[in-house]
Amino acid sequence: MYRIHILMAMDSHTIAQGSREVKEALIRDLALAGISDEVKIVETGSLGISNKGVVLVVFPDDVYYVNVTTNDIPDIISEHLIKGRIVERLHYKKAAVGKGGEKKDERLGKQVRVVLKNAGIIDPQSIEEYIAEDGYEALGHAVTEMTPEQVREEVKKSGLQGRGGAFFPAGIKWDFAAGTEADQKYIICNADEGEPGTFKDRLILEGDPHSIIEGMALAGYAVGATKGYVYIRGEYRMSIEHVQIAIDSARENGLLGQGIFASDFDFDLEIREGAGAYICGEETALIESIEGRRGEPRDKPPFPPAEGLWGKPTVVNNVETLANIPQIILKGAKWYRNFGTEKSPGTKVFTMVGNINNPGLIEVPMGITLREIIYNIGGGIPNGKGFLLAQMGGTTGGILIEEHLDLPMTVETLRGIGAGLGSGALLVVDDSQCPVDLVKNFVEFFNHESCGKCTLCREGTGRLHELLSRLTSGRGEEKDIELVQVLSATMMRGAFCGLGQAAPVPILGCLRYFKDVFIRHASEHVCAANKCEMEAVAETIAA
Amino acid sequence: MKTLADLRAMKEKAKREMTARDENTKYRIVVAMGTCGIAAGARNVMSAILDEINKRDIADTIVTQTGCLGYCDQEPLVQVFQQNKKVVTYGKITPEIARRIVAEHIVGEKILTEQVFMQN
Repeated sequence: MYRIHILMAMDSHTIAQGSREVKEALIRDLALAGISDEVKIVETGSLGISNKGVVLVVFPDDVYYVNVTTNDIPDIISEHLIKGRIVERLHYKKAAVGKGGEKKDERLGKQVRVVLKNAGIIDPQSIEEYIAEDGYEALGHAVTEMTPEQVREEVKKSGLQGRGGAFFPAGIKWDFAAGTEADQKYIICNADEGEPGTFKDRLILEGDPHSIIEGMALAGYAVGATKGYVYIRGEYRMSIEHVQIAIDSARENGLLGQGIFASDFDFDLEIREGAGAYICGEETALIESIEGRRGEPRDKPPFPPAEGLWGKPTVVNNVETLANIPQIILKGAKWYRNFGTEKSPGTKVFTMVGNINNPGLIEVPMGITLREIIYNIGGGIPNGKGFLLAQMGGTTGGILIEEHLDLPMTVETLRGIGAGLGSGALLVVDDSQCPVDLVKNFVEFFNHESCGKCTLCREGTGRLHELLSRLTSGRGEEKDIELVQVLSATMMRGAFCGLGQAAPVPILGCLRYFKDVFIRHASEHVCAANKCEMEAVAETIAA
Repeated sequence: MKTLADLRAMKEKAKREMTARDENTKYRIVVAMGTCGIAAGARNVMSAILDEINKRDIADTIVTQTGCLGYCDQEPLVQVFQQNKKVVTYGKITPEIARRIVAEHIVGEKILTEQVFMQN
C-alpha cells in the first residue's frame, strides 16, 4: 500500500517548466529517504493552475504545491512526507480542483466538473484509473442494455450542444447520420484546436483521453458507425501520445475492436495528425485532410452526416462534446440538466487568458456571468488596472464590455448581442490596451490563415489588415473606418466558410463599442493607450 | 474483458489502488511524526502499520502523518479517526502494538482499551 500519492501535473505547460526534472529528483530523493515504497508518483493532466510553474498535489492531505523546483524536493520529503508539516512557501491555498461531477466544492468558486472530472485526478496513461472512476461503464451499459435509438434519445433529451463553437444540438446531428442508409459510417473527433488562446481540448486529451474514446464508441453505437478517427493537430505531441496509449490499452482490454462487451457492436479508432492549418478545424476541410487532400472546405449541403468522409455518413464532434457523452449516458439527461440553463444545459470549459490573475482551465455551468468568471474564479485583473473588454470564443469571438459583465452567459443571450461562446477561449483585456491595435493583430492572424479558396476571405483579410495598419501607424483617415465597416459586412455575408464569415466579428465589435478610439486614431493620429506607433506623425513633425 | 461484470471487477481492484486519493475512507490512521515521535520510533511504527495493511489487503483506510501532538512523553502516538466517532489516540506504541491496532481496531472494530491514551 502506498500511504501517499503525489499527483504531478504533466501537461505541456508544466513540462516546459521542468516537471520532468522535478519528478526525477523526487524519485531519487524518495529513495535516499528510504520511503520509495510508501509513496506513489502519479502523472496526471493539467490541475487547472497555469503560470505557477511545476504543480503537484500530496494525497491524502490534498495539499497543493506550486512553483516547485528540484531544490524544494528535500524539504517536501523531510517536512511534509515524513513529519507531516506543510511546506508553507510552496503551498497553494486556493486549490483549483475538486473531484466529482455533482459535488460543488467551495474552493472551486462556481466551478463544476463534468468534462474535467478526471483531469488532474487520474493518471491519463492508466486505463485502470479511468475505469476506477466509472470509466467504460456507460459504454458497457449502452451496448448491452440500450438500443441505439435510446442512446440518441438520451443525448437529445440532455440538450447537449456541440462544444466546438457552433452549438448545434449533438443528438440531432446523430439522428441525421443514423437516418442515412450506408454500408459504412464514420465518427470523427475534431481535435484540431487551432483557435489562438484556446487549449481546452488539448488539456482534456492530455488529462483524460479515455473519455474521448468512450464518447466516440458511444457515438458509433448510436449512429451505426464502426470506425472512428481522432483528428489531432500535429503540434499536440502529448495529446497524440496519450490518445495512442489509451487506444492501445482499450484494444488490449477488448473495449475497442470486435464484439465489444460480447455484443455485436464493433468499433475501432485511429489517430490522424493535422499539419497545423487553422482551416482544418472546419469540419469539411478536416475531412478533406483525412482523405489526403489539401485542407479546404467543401460546399454545403451535403453536410457530413449525409455525405462526409469518403462520401459516407460522418459525425464530426468536438473533443469537449464527446467528453460529455459518457456522463450523460451514465447519469442520464435529467442529471445533466441540473447544470446550466433551460436552453443551454450543461457546463462549458473555458481557457482564461490575457490580463487576468489566475489564467488557466476552468469548467463552469452555462449561464454564469462574466463578472463571476473574471473576478471570482479568475482573481481579477492584475496591477490594479481596469476592465476594457473581453473577447469570448477565440479570435473570431465577439467583444464584451463593462455593461455585459452581469449578463448570464448562454448561447441565446450572447447571440443576442452579436457574440457567442465559441470555442471557449476567454481573453481578458485591461484598460491599458488599445482596441485598434488589438483587432489589427487578430486580422493579421486571419490573413495568414486564410486558405485562399474564396476571394472575399483571401483578399478581404489582407485589405482589412492594410486598413487597420494605416490607422495604427498614423496614416489613417476617417474614410478608412467606413471602408473597414463595409468590407467586414460584405465578408460576413459572402465568405465561403466560417473563417471569412467570422473574421470581422471582433473588428465590428470593437468598432461598435470603441468607435471614438478609432476616430481619434484616424483624425488626430493619437493612440491614447500609447500602444500604436504613430510613426507617420513623427515623420511629419520631424519634417 | 467481455462483460460488465468483468469491468466492475477491474474497477474494484483499481479503486483499491487509489485509496490514498479517496476523501471518504472509513478509517484514517495518523502517526505523529514530530521530532519527538521519530526519536521514539514512529518510523518503525509507521512501517509496521503499512506492512500489516498490505498483508491483510485492507481497503477503505488511509495512513497519514502529523506533527507533534504535544504529549512528547507518550510518543510514539497513533490516532485512529472514524467518521462520527471519537478520535482514539494510542500512546507508547511499539511496532507490535501497531500491528495489533490494524488487526483489532481496524479489522476487528474493537478498541485496544489498555493502550488508549485518550479518546475525544
